[in-house]
Amino acid sequence: MKTEKKSIRRIRNRGKRLDAWQLLLLFLLLCLTTVLGTIIWTMPENTSGLTDAVARLQEQSGVESPVTAVLLNFRGYDTLLEVMVLLLAVIGAWSLAKAPFSGQAADTGPVQMGVVRLLVPLMFLVAAYLVWQGSHLAGGAFQGGAILGAAGVLLLVTELLFLPAIPALPLRIGLVFGPLLFVVIALFCLCLTGHLLGYPEQAAGGLILLIETACAISIGLTLASLFAGGHPEDDHPQSVNPTEHSDKEEWP
Amino acid sequence: MITTLLYSMTGLLLFAMGLFTLFIHSHPLRKILAVNVMSTGVFLIMVATAYKPMPLGNIDPVPHAMVLTGIVVSVSVTALALLLACRVQETSNLDLLERKKQARIPEESRR
Amino acid sequence: MIYSILTLFDIILILTMLWLAWCLLNTEDIFKAVVLFISFGLLMALAWVRMRAPDVALAEAALGAGLTGPLFLSALRRMNRTRKGERRLDSDENREKEHKANQEQG
Repeated sequence: MKTEKKSIRRIRNRGKRLDAWQLLLLFLLLCLTTVLGTIIWTMPENTSGLTDAVARLQEQSGVESPVTAVLLNFRGYDTLLEVMVLLLAVIGAWSLAKAPFSGQAADTGPVQMGVVRLLVPLMFLVAAYLVWQGSHLAGGAFQGGAILGAAGVLLLVTELLFLPAIPALPLRIGLVFGPLLFVVIALFCLCLTGHLLGYPEQAAGGLILLIETACAISIGLTLASLFAGGHPEDDHPQSVNPTEHSDKEEWP
Repeated sequence: MITTLLYSMTGLLLFAMGLFTLFIHSHPLRKILAVNVMSTGVFLIMVATAYKPMPLGNIDPVPHAMVLTGIVVSVSVTALALLLACRVQETSNLDLLERKKQARIPEESRR
Repeated sequence: MIYSILTLFDIILILTMLWLAWCLLNTEDIFKAVVLFISFGLLMALAWVRMRAPDVALAEAALGAGLTGPLFLSALRRMNRTRKGERRLDSDENREKEHKANQEQG
C-alpha cells in the first residue's frame, strides 16, 4: 500500500516536471509560436480586405446586414456545405448508440419546472426574432438555431417523460428539412439564372429568409439531438429484429 | 492598430497553449477542451485582423461570416468527439488497462 | 482618453482570458476545467463584442455557454459512471462468458 502511494506520487511529480521529450516539444512549439508571431507582426496594416467589394454588391444581395449577405448570398456555398457537415455529425452520433434515456420521471423540483415553463417559449420567441432580425442587424440562422438548440437542451436536461416517446420519422424530417430546402433552392436558382445559388435579384430577400428559417429549425434540432447523444427509440422495430437474429447466428 | 495586435497575440498564445496541452495530457476530455481552446485562438486571430477602430469605417464582414460557420461546426464536431470518447471508454477493456498501469508502476520505480 | 480606457479594458480582458485558459488546461480536476471553459466562452463573447463582431458574439454566447458546457458535463457524467463500474460488464471476459452461454443455448 505504501509503495503504491509512493509510486503514484512519483508519477504525479513526473507529470509536473517535464521530461526530455516534452522539453523538446516545448522548444519546437516556442519556435512555431515565434514564427507565427513574426508573421502576424509584419502583416500589412490598414488593408480594407473585401469590405469595399461587399459594400458595392450589398444592394443586389437582398438583405441589409453585410454578414448575412456574405453568409447566404456571396458565400452561400460555404453555408450549404456547413449545414451538410452538421447533418453528417448527427448521422455519426446516431450510428454510435441509442439515446440514453432513463425511462422514469426524474425528481425535478417545482422551481426547475417553472423555469422550463417560462424559459422555453421565451427562447422560441427570441430565436424567431433573431432569424427575422438577421436581414438587417446582427442575428441570423445560426444564432436562432443555437437558441433553439439550447431550448432543446433545457428540455432534455429536465428529463421530461414525453421526450423518449418522440417518434423518429418527424425528427428525421425536421433534421433534413433545412439542408434539403437549401439544396432545392440552389438547384432552382441554377435552372433559373444559370448559377448555383445565384438568386434572382427581386426574390433574393424572400428566398434568404426562407432558407434561414428552415436552417434555423434544422440546426436547433441537430444541436439538441447531438446533446441527446444517440438515435431515438423506435427505429424500424419491424425490420431490426430479423437482422439481429441473423447476426447472432453468424457470430462465431 | 494596437488592439488588433493585442488580440492577435492572445489568439496565438491560446493556440500554442492548447497545442501543448493536446500533446502533454492523456485524458480524452482534456484533449477535446484543448482543441476547443486552439480553435478559439484561431477565430480570435481571424476576427482581430478584420478589426478597425470606429472612425476608420466599416469592418470586413467576410472573416466574421467564416468564423460564424466555424463556431457552429466546431460545436458539432466537439459533440461527436465527446460521444466517440465516451464510446471508447465504455467499450475498452478497463481491467486490462489498469493491470498494465500497475505493471508499469514498479518498473518505473525501479529506475 | 477614450482610447486609453479601451486599451486598459483590452489588457484586463486579455489577461483574464489567458489566465482562465491556463487554469482550465492545467487543473487536475476535469469538472473544474469544464466550468472554467464555460466562463472562458462568456469572456470570449465579450471579446467578440469589443472586436465589433456582434453576430459572432451572439453565436458564441449561445453555443459556448448554452451548448458546449452541457455537452462536456454530460460526457463527464457518462465517463464517471463508466469508471465507477456500473457498465463495466463490457470487458472481454464477460463477453466470452456470454458467447459461451449463447453457444450452449443455441
